[in-house]
Formats: sequence, structure tokens, C-alpha cells
Amino acid sequence: MMSEFRGVWFYSENMDLMLEMLTKAKELAGKLKAETGALVIGHEVKAQAQKLVGSGADKVLVVDHAGLKVFNSETYLGVLTSVVKERKPEVVLFGSTRKGKELAARLATRLQTGCVPDCTNLSVDEQGRLVSERVVYGGSASAMHVFLTRPQIACVPPRTFEKSVPSEKKGEIVDVEVAQLEAPRTETVEVKPLEVSGGKLEEAKVVIVGGRGVEKKEDFKILESLSYALGGQVGYTRPLAEDRKWFKGDWIGLSGIKIRPVLYIGAGISGVIQHVAGIRDSQVIVAINKDAEAPIFEMADYIVVGDLYEVIPALEAALKKLLARS
Amino acid sequence: MVRIIVCVKQALDVSQIKVDAATRRLITVDAQKKISDFDKNAIEEAVRLKEKLGGEVVTLTLEPEDARTTVREALAMGADKAYVVSDPVFEGGDTMATSYVLAEAVKKIGSFDLVLCGEASVDSFSAQVGPRLADRLNVPVVMYVKKLTLEGDTVTVERNLEDSYETIRVKTPALLTVTKELNEPRIPSLMSIMKASKKEVVVWNAADVGVAKEKVGEAGSAIKVVSVLAPKVERKRIVIKGETAAEVAENLAKALIQDGVVKQVKA
Repeated sequence: MMSEFRGVWFYSENMDLMLEMLTKAKELAGKLKAETGALVIGHEVKAQAQKLVGSGADKVLVVDHAGLKVFNSETYLGVLTSVVKERKPEVVLFGSTRKGKELAARLATRLQTGCVPDCTNLSVDEQGRLVSERVVYGGSASAMHVFLTRPQIACVPPRTFEKSVPSEKKGEIVDVEVAQLEAPRTETVEVKPLEVSGGKLEEAKVVIVGGRGVEKKEDFKILESLSYALGGQVGYTRPLAEDRKWFKGDWIGLSGIKIRPVLYIGAGISGVIQHVAGIRDSQVIVAINKDAEAPIFEMADYIVVGDLYEVIPALEAALKKLLARS
Repeated sequence: MVRIIVCVKQALDVSQIKVDAATRRLITVDAQKKISDFDKNAIEEAVRLKEKLGGEVVTLTLEPEDARTTVREALAMGADKAYVVSDPVFEGGDTMATSYVLAEAVKKIGSFDLVLCGEASVDSFSAQVGPRLADRLNVPVVMYVKKLTLEGDTVTVERNLEDSYETIRVKTPALLTVTKELNEPRIPSLMSIMKASKKEVVVWNAADVGVAKEKVGEAGSAIKVVSVLAPKVERKRIVIKGETAAEVAENLAKALIQDGVVKQVKA
């Protein structure tokens, strides 16, 4: 029964995320000896479809309709349901954004199948079943799940996989007709762009993060100075935003921003599990703390038991001295 | 008059979970169960709407084990009545199985203007049950609500997505999932805690809500847990030594340059 489901599909309203999911979809499709299928929904979306073919998607299924110009979860869900029901892909990946997670959960409900959001990794087991990994229990653990039904629906957060690079392979664009659009029951009255950090922290190669060991907000200038020298960004932990009200939102940790820089330097951070969950994928972790028992040292590459007020400026000076010579 | 059903999950207090370093398994026996954080925002909002418009707020909890103590807190916050659907057969249920049971329980509770859920539970944080329940009940859903106004049969909500801010209008009956920005949940007074002890807690089992046993718990789930383990820590854990801060800093700088993670500095 399950063999009638073929293909690894993926959908997101975010084009960068589409290219990231394509990388994973290719890998999964390779193992399942199936084709990758990108879903593009909207109006006048040819450019996106061509970009996906150019990046190596085997099939790009395009649903183009004037009524799909503006995103509405109900109309989009109706389109997704009818296309997936009819063509029966084995796997459908969604971008793990707020919009994507809603679509994935509701599509899974309509098709009576499983769905795992926020996957940090995906693989295929020896029986050809999708295996997902995701963080649970406030960052304390990673849970692996296997899918028992089809299609298998999983959501992939931004920046989990590298973007697929342009390829020679010629995929095909398939136009998909939808008979009728589902009438939406929600009405979007207004959409305004949100002022956000602009992904600066998520994209920075170097991130210096201050924790409760930083005594005054002004003292962040020590971190900023080092960060400037290294071409990085400065972040903070949740207590500095929530308890001390020095900053608004956007702290680094499980409930805030997750980062994976080449170099993370934590200054005056004890390392509660929720913060650690937000930095775990950093390439090199440096922890500076006066307390030799700080839990963050358990997961650091370089441990400095010392005063951040002395070590951070000294580190900046040392790097400048050493790198000026070469 | 409004009738609001608030879904309340009894979640593990994740801050109390410990890890067995040798096996990477979690030790959860000492972790207490409590009302999942964002569900309190849902309760608070429901109670405020009732205080303003009149009506009734009931809570709905699905739990394989006993949850009667936990839901007392929801009643102390101002909910009028609590429904607990409790049966060992629910053990190991995924979001598909859970939303099926909740939907059948909601149908048994009866008509509603709003179903409110927290945006996600603090322990599994999947944000799946709310939208799944909405589709089961065939009502519209808006997730991640941070502000809401109810006028007649129209709810106007505001929510943040990753890069935009939306105002959405929807007709009741509807399901909304709420974030912690929505309100500050009240801490019940001693008086309301005492009053809550007299409020009704209705306990139903699987048969009471009429669910098929093969569609609930592990048997009715579309995904199966393979493992739940603390992440592997593969870090060098090198202690940088030195007599002075300058010496320590120089040794650290050398290590970072050698690793190739710092290649150049701006003056």
C-alpha cells in the first residue's frame, strides 16, 4: 500500500529555505531512489520555479493562480491537500516557519498522517522510513522519531542545511491545475514588515555573547569592541532581556535565536540548558567565567576561568598583536 | 455571553529534568508536572473575556495519568469547570492521536465560541495539537496570537511571524493559539484557591468520550519514538592557562588562530 507513495517534496514560502530543503531532499531522494519535487504556489512565480530547476530539483510543481497572489493559510492548505492527495509523495518537507508549521500540521491532519516540526536532521532507515531528529524538553534532549504512515511530513528550520548550488541537471517544470480554490475563513486585514535583527546574529561568523556576569549595560562596549575587531556580532542571554530589561527580545537560546557561528565566545554566562540549546551547533565554543564550576565549561572547546573584564580586552589586544605580524 | 474552552496540558517542568551522563538518558522522575506555561496565557485571556462579556470558561486536559491537582490551578485562575480526559490507553500518543481525543471531548462538551491553546507545550514544543484540533473540529485557526479583541461573532487578532506583523479577522467559532506576549497570567489569591476547591472537575475515560482504542495512544500514532537522549557533547574542553589575564588571553588567541577561526582583525 505504501509503495504507491513516491517522491520527496518540499514547500516553503521562503525561497532561501526552499534551496536549503532541496539539499536535504536530494539526499533523501537518493536513498529512496525517488525524485525530488519542489512545490511553488502563488501567482507569476516562474522565476522561482526556474531557480529551483537550475539548482537541481527533478520536478518543480507550479500552482499558479491569481487567487494565490497573497498568502492565506486556508487557500494554500486547500491547494496543498489536493495536490498531495492526488500525486502521493512519500515525503513532504515544509519550512519550519510559523506559516509552514501550521500548514504542515493541518495537512497532516487532513491526510491522517504524522508530522514532526523543527527537525534538526532527517534520514532514512533500513526499511525506507523517514527518521527525524528534534530538540525536546527545553533543550535537554534530542528525540528521534520514525514515521509509520504516508506521506511523511517534516518541517525544517531556516539555516539547518546548506543551500543547494546551481547544477547542470535539467529538471522539469510541471504546471498543476487546481479546480477550485478553497474559500478562506480567515481575513488578513493588514500585513506590516516587522523590524527584526535582520538575521545578523544568525548569519554572523563570530558571535560574542554577554550573560549575567556583565554588571552594567554600558559594559557591553567591551564585548562590542572585540566583536568589531573580529567582524562579528554581539548577543545576550535571556535574563538580561527579561529580568534586567536591558534589551528587548531576541536573546540567544532555545526560546529566542539559535546561532551556529564559526566562533562563539560566551562571557559571564553560566550555561543553563536553554541557552546551550541555542549555541550547540557553533563550530568553536569559548567560555569565560569566574566560576570554575559553571556548567557552560562542560560544552566548551576552550575554558577560561577568569574575569571577563580582564580577559576580553586582553584577548582583543593579543589577537591584534599576533595577527598584525603576519 | 461567551463560551470558551481552554486546552490545558500538564507538562513536565523541563528545568527539573536531569541527564545521566553515562547513558545520555533523561531522568524525569523528580521533575514535577505543572500547567504548561503558555496555556496559562490562554486561561488568563479566557477569564478576562468572560469577566468582560459574561459567559463560561471550561478547561480541557488530556492526560494518561491523574491531572486533577494540576487543573485546580486553572480553576483558581478563574475557569468555571475543568474536564480531564484520563485513561492509560492514551499513553505514548503523538499529536495526531492526541488531537483526535481532544476533538471528541470538545464535541462532547458542546458548543463554543472559542477554543484557546498555548502556542506550544513547554516540554515537547511541537505547536501541532492546536492546528490539528482546529481541522478536526472544522473551525478556522489563527496561531501565535499576541493580542485579541472579540466583538459579537468577530475576533480580531494580531500576531507576529518571523518577518511580519499581521492583523487577522475571523468569525467564531474559531481556535486560537496564544503567545506569552498576550497577557500576564494572574497569580490566584488564597480566596480564589479556596473557591476553586468547590468547582467541578469532570473526569472522563476513553469510553466516556467515545474514542476508538486503536486510534489513541501509541497504537493510534503516526510516528514512533526511536530514542530520546541528551545531545552528545564532543567538545575539546581545553582549559586555557596562564599567570596573568594577558597570558591567558595570548594562549587563547593562539589557539583560535591555530584553529583557523580567527584569521584577521580590524584595527
